[in-house]
Amino acid sequence: MKKINLIMAGVLGLALGPITATACFAQQAPIPIVGLVELSGTGATAGTNFDNGVRLAVKEINASGGILGRQIQYTSMDTQSAPQTAKALAQKAIDEKAYVVMGPVFSGSFIVSMAETKRAEIPNFTGGEAANITQQGNPYVFRTSFTQSTAMPKLARYIKDTVKAKTIAIVWVNNDFGKGGRDSMAKALEAQGIKVAADVSTDPGQVDFSAAVLKVKQSNADAVFVYTNEEESARALRELKKQGYDKPIIGETTLTGQKVIELAGEAANGAVAHVGLTVDAPQPQIKAFDQKFQAEYKYKSDHNGMKGYSGMYVVKAITEKIRKVDSKEFAKALHGATIRAKDYPGVLLDVSFDANGDLDRESFLVKVEGGKQVVTATLPPISPIK
Amino acid sequence: MVDLLQLIISGTATGAIYALCALGFTLLWQASGTINFAQGEFVMVPAFLMLFFINTAGLPLWLAFLLTCLVAMVLLGYTFKRAMVDPLIRHGVIPLVIATLGLSIGVKQLVKAGVTAQAQPFNSIFPDGLLSLGPLKVSYMDVGTLVLAGVIVVGLQMFLNRTVTGRAMQAVAQNTDSARVLGINVARMVLYTFLINAVLSVVAALLVTPTYLAKFDMGESIGLKAFYAAIIGGFNQTRGALLGGVLVGVLENLTGAYISPAYKEGVALMLFLVVIIFKPEGLLGKTEERKV
Repeated sequence: MKKINLIMAGVLGLALGPITATACFAQQAPIPIVGLVELSGTGATAGTNFDNGVRLAVKEINASGGILGRQIQYTSMDTQSAPQTAKALAQKAIDEKAYVVMGPVFSGSFIVSMAETKRAEIPNFTGGEAANITQQGNPYVFRTSFTQSTAMPKLARYIKDTVKAKTIAIVWVNNDFGKGGRDSMAKALEAQGIKVAADVSTDPGQVDFSAAVLKVKQSNADAVFVYTNEEESARALRELKKQGYDKPIIGETTLTGQKVIELAGEAANGAVAHVGLTVDAPQPQIKAFDQKFQAEYKYKSDHNGMKGYSGMYVVKAITEKIRKVDSKEFAKALHGATIRAKDYPGVLLDVSFDANGDLDRESFLVKVEGGKQVVTATLPPISPIK
Repeated sequence: MVDLLQLIISGTATGAIYALCALGFTLLWQASGTINFAQGEFVMVPAFLMLFFINTAGLPLWLAFLLTCLVAMVLLGYTFKRAMVDPLIRHGVIPLVIATLGLSIGVKQLVKAGVTAQAQPFNSIFPDGLLSLGPLKVSYMDVGTLVLAGVIVVGLQMFLNRTVTGRAMQAVAQNTDSARVLGINVARMVLYTFLINAVLSVVAALLVTPTYLAKFDMGESIGLKAFYAAIIGGFNQTRGALLGGVLVGVLENLTGAYISPAYKEGVALMLFLVVIIFKPEGLLGKTEERKV
């Protein structure tokens, strides 16, 4: 009898051995995370920064033991700033069984590609700010920055109370990001009783802003609000300086980004913007990020680098909260979640997510002085983070 | 009225840069029957070369410019002619057009992958600030661009019209066989044209990059507009390239300011279509007859 038991145990062992081994292997296999980022084309500045931010976070997380003991395997793919490419790559990310997808950063690309990740029920983080991204009832979409409908009212209040402008000219880029921003801003300005004196649309990748700036000057508005992507913002600032524009130049996030300051040179001085994230913020965890990023990449991160970095730490925090690598559970757990910087310094600021995937946290008003962003005010979250 | 004048001056400055590139198109076409669709990339490459000499080698801009002229003459002039134009031109224009299109894509991808896909800043050689002429305010950059491009263009015209070498180059452009019978070294004259085109591209890069920013795809727009300008003015006339360039620059500015900036980028194409339909030889071009 003993002999039979021994044989049966041996057979069972042989049969279950591979299964157990596979299970152990799955437990230890890397977690696949895919980045769909703009590494070339008009969004190269934004996408490269976002990607670098994610990579830095992945490197740190892996060095400290990974997530739930598993390493992250991060692969980034170049969308070439083209929505069709982004959509095709989203499908590829699904084929590669991505746990989470990071990007694209450009709203226009994200709006197209998010349909694919939604179908596969994979959480998808974006650096895009277009308001309509989170208004389509997609439960797998999460932001790494403010939505325009959150940011613009803050800025409109600043324009009314501090700049004391009664009229304003808007220069915006004619893509999903720009249109969304222009519409949100126009609504917010109207609520503050500020009149739009000139509504100037420009093209993505536009190189010559002479006519746009002349339109702004002709409008005789009290200030100009510039809402374009990074390179175009730099060109607009250069043209404003070239034509001797001497009224307040105001923007939202991109206008005073590090890359814009670098490209615009002295022309960036004096520009004011509301920014969700800036490496010049006083918080110690942001200072630490700034140092680490500069040590890794030899340049200063812009807000997109911070979005990618903090987004990756949100992935770590929520995965550790649910204690398993499960895309669907992850998405459910992130809605309504709050992550504190004291627990996860990588999220940079205390942050909370609502039911739509929009986030809320502190933000900053900055002014460019001497080629650097100077934080002039810290604005509280819309709703206090509990 | 002041706005209109400002727009015309600033448009002429931009147009002068288009004209420099368009001149390259017409010179190459006249001397060797070459249509170079990598002309825009011939502006982009010198921009990155100058940045390399300034940022990496730590040289001042003027020295970087001179060194870039030398490198461009070797790379975009001599090598381009020997490696691509000479072997292909005997098979007709079409293979060369396709080859230069390929070259354009290849160079862009090479810079994107090997240097950077991100835009890089490039300082202007002219000071910031505005020149006030009564109510008229013009930036030093526009004035400087206009003057420098004007000097280059006038100098080139004088070289072509008043020197023996220039006239020999024109003779080659008009009739290669007759020029050869007259004892002109045709191959050398054609090479000179390629070298001049390379230098014009470097000057265009110097003037346009502070506005366009140095980026792998910066040549797309300028190359296309220079091509339109050359066709509009007359592909077989250097004066035509000037007229075409300035016309495109000024009309773009006026359209952007008085109609909408959204239509600005389409102006050159519209003008190009009108000219192709009603005056296919270009505004200053001469009708060429061909035996069939």
